[in-house]
Amino acid sequence: MRALTWHGTKDVRVDTVSDPEIINSRDAIIRVTSTAICGSDLHLYDGVIPAVRPGDVLGHEFMGEVVETGANSNLEKGQRVVVPFTISCGGCFHCKMQQYSACDNSNPVEKQDLSATLYGQPMSALFGYSHLTGGYSGGQAEYVRVPFSDVGPIVVPDHLNDDQVLFLSDILPTGWMGAENADIEPDDTVAVWGCGPVGLFAIQSAIMMGASKVIAIDHYPNRLALAKKLGAEIIDFRETDVREALMEMSGGIGVDAVIDAVGMESHGFAIDNIIDVAKQKVGIGADRASALKQAIMAVRFGGKVSIPGVYGGMSDKWPLGAIMEKGLQIRSGQTHVQKYTKDLLAKIEDGTLDTTFLISHRLPLEKAAEGYKNFKEQQNEWTKVVLKPGMAG
Amino acid sequence: MDQKLKAGAGVSSLILATGAVALGAFLSHRHRLRTTDNASSSAKRQPPGDLALVGRSVTIRQARAKLFEYWRDFSNLPKFMENLESIEDAGANDALMWNIKAPAGRTVSVTTEIDSEKQDEHIAWRSVEGSDIETSGEVRFEDAPGDRGTRVSLTMSYDPPGGALGQLIAKLFQREPQVQTRHDLKRFKMLMETGEIATSVRTNDETRVVKQENG
Repeated sequence: MRALTWHGTKDVRVDTVSDPEIINSRDAIIRVTSTAICGSDLHLYDGVIPAVRPGDVLGHEFMGEVVETGANSNLEKGQRVVVPFTISCGGCFHCKMQQYSACDNSNPVEKQDLSATLYGQPMSALFGYSHLTGGYSGGQAEYVRVPFSDVGPIVVPDHLNDDQVLFLSDILPTGWMGAENADIEPDDTVAVWGCGPVGLFAIQSAIMMGASKVIAIDHYPNRLALAKKLGAEIIDFRETDVREALMEMSGGIGVDAVIDAVGMESHGFAIDNIIDVAKQKVGIGADRASALKQAIMAVRFGGKVSIPGVYGGMSDKWPLGAIMEKGLQIRSGQTHVQKYTKDLLAKIEDGTLDTTFLISHRLPLEKAAEGYKNFKEQQNEWTKVVLKPGMAG
Repeated sequence: MDQKLKAGAGVSSLILATGAVALGAFLSHRHRLRTTDNASSSAKRQPPGDLALVGRSVTIRQARAKLFEYWRDFSNLPKFMENLESIEDAGANDALMWNIKAPAGRTVSVTTEIDSEKQDEHIAWRSVEGSDIETSGEVRFEDAPGDRGTRVSLTMSYDPPGGALGQLIAKLFQREPQVQTRHDLKRFKMLMETGEIATSVRTNDETRVVKQENG
């Protein structure tokens, strides 16, 4: 099959690789019809994520048609499914509590030690995102082997097209959980840092959850315009003193809830994870944690902090005093995708949620490398890239 | 001169005696500071006894009886214990022959007998007299709180003999035995909770390659 594979820093190529096969009885094979490039894929692209190997197939946002099933899969050939980026067994302690992204059993045993060393316990598995999270082949390919196919994939009705449902795989539930973790109440003013896909969906979700005012913070004009269209007030941090603005916009109280949809990602992740060099971490990572620090200062006493943005390692100069003295609630985590897909699909179906506005570019899989390059270098215009393996070049 | 010597000896003895008392006090003080805590022996910084000891626990969301039954059929163990080639019946008294993978494609065999067991609670085994490797093991099954299932604890000890074979066996067992035990128990958990053992290979050919590498 054809697949987007990683070869090194800023070197991804569409190669011919072996077709996936059913390995375990709960597996299914999906023929991919749509797959997106995620902001977090850019960190693989930049070569800053540890434990990525040449030849690894990337991609964790994908959907398609079931073409093969293992003996214990409950899917049927021909069904259209969206596949969560988190791989979850459904039967362990965490899955039973709907903490799917903390599944005990999806990351192969021999791959668990690195994250167990980093975090105390091992991470669960994700598609196409390094051997730290399992080393599973990802979705930017013609076919994907999907383990635990009786737990993850959600069957979508034919009258909804791919663009309408694809983001159930990651960014829509991630934005939703980001808003949910902010415990939004009807009179709340909510501030969201970062108007990338997750930030925009968090804004949309916060409005749906009844926030009286949502304030979006970014510096890309096009992304701020999208936030405005969703109903948010906007702040361009290059033009404005963010904390001052938020104090004024919240009537001198401070905002009730803050959502960090920026994360530390590209620079912080690998260095923090792999090399225990504090100075390097501070030098490169601290800049990226500034959004979260600003959010902690801007939120009111007794306020709520939600962190859907990705962090991987240590952070220096953490405002611990502000967290304690202000009595803040902090919630975070990889998304428990399977917990949200059913309800969010219903909202897409009845028209209360539209996610298609985000897509700026649709490309054939063969042009995936071009997609990465432009998504990386032209963030203002390239808001979201969807790859279509079947599309004519 | 004589007296001087005596006096010197007296001073030395005094110093020695004082030193001994001080050392004794220091040791007993250290001894007093040591607390008997609730941690399992595998979590101790210095394991007790002479035998190399390896132990781990894992919580599995299944009933105690089911897990006990699966383990009690020892022929199941190679499904999740990576270093095991096979386990065969070896005669009376529940004797079992463990065929263990060794470096360079070799196999080392140990015969064990059941030492003690209690239905749904624990199974202990021990190598028969005259074995190349003196080894014993115990698996315990306890109810975990609430509906969390069963806590499974595995403890293994071994005392390899001298000589070239002994060195080989020691090397074999010392291949990160803590890691090996933890991995084996996690594979057991996967098998019991999901019916399969997670792997990220894409093709069956890859599976064979991975198995060869690990073997």
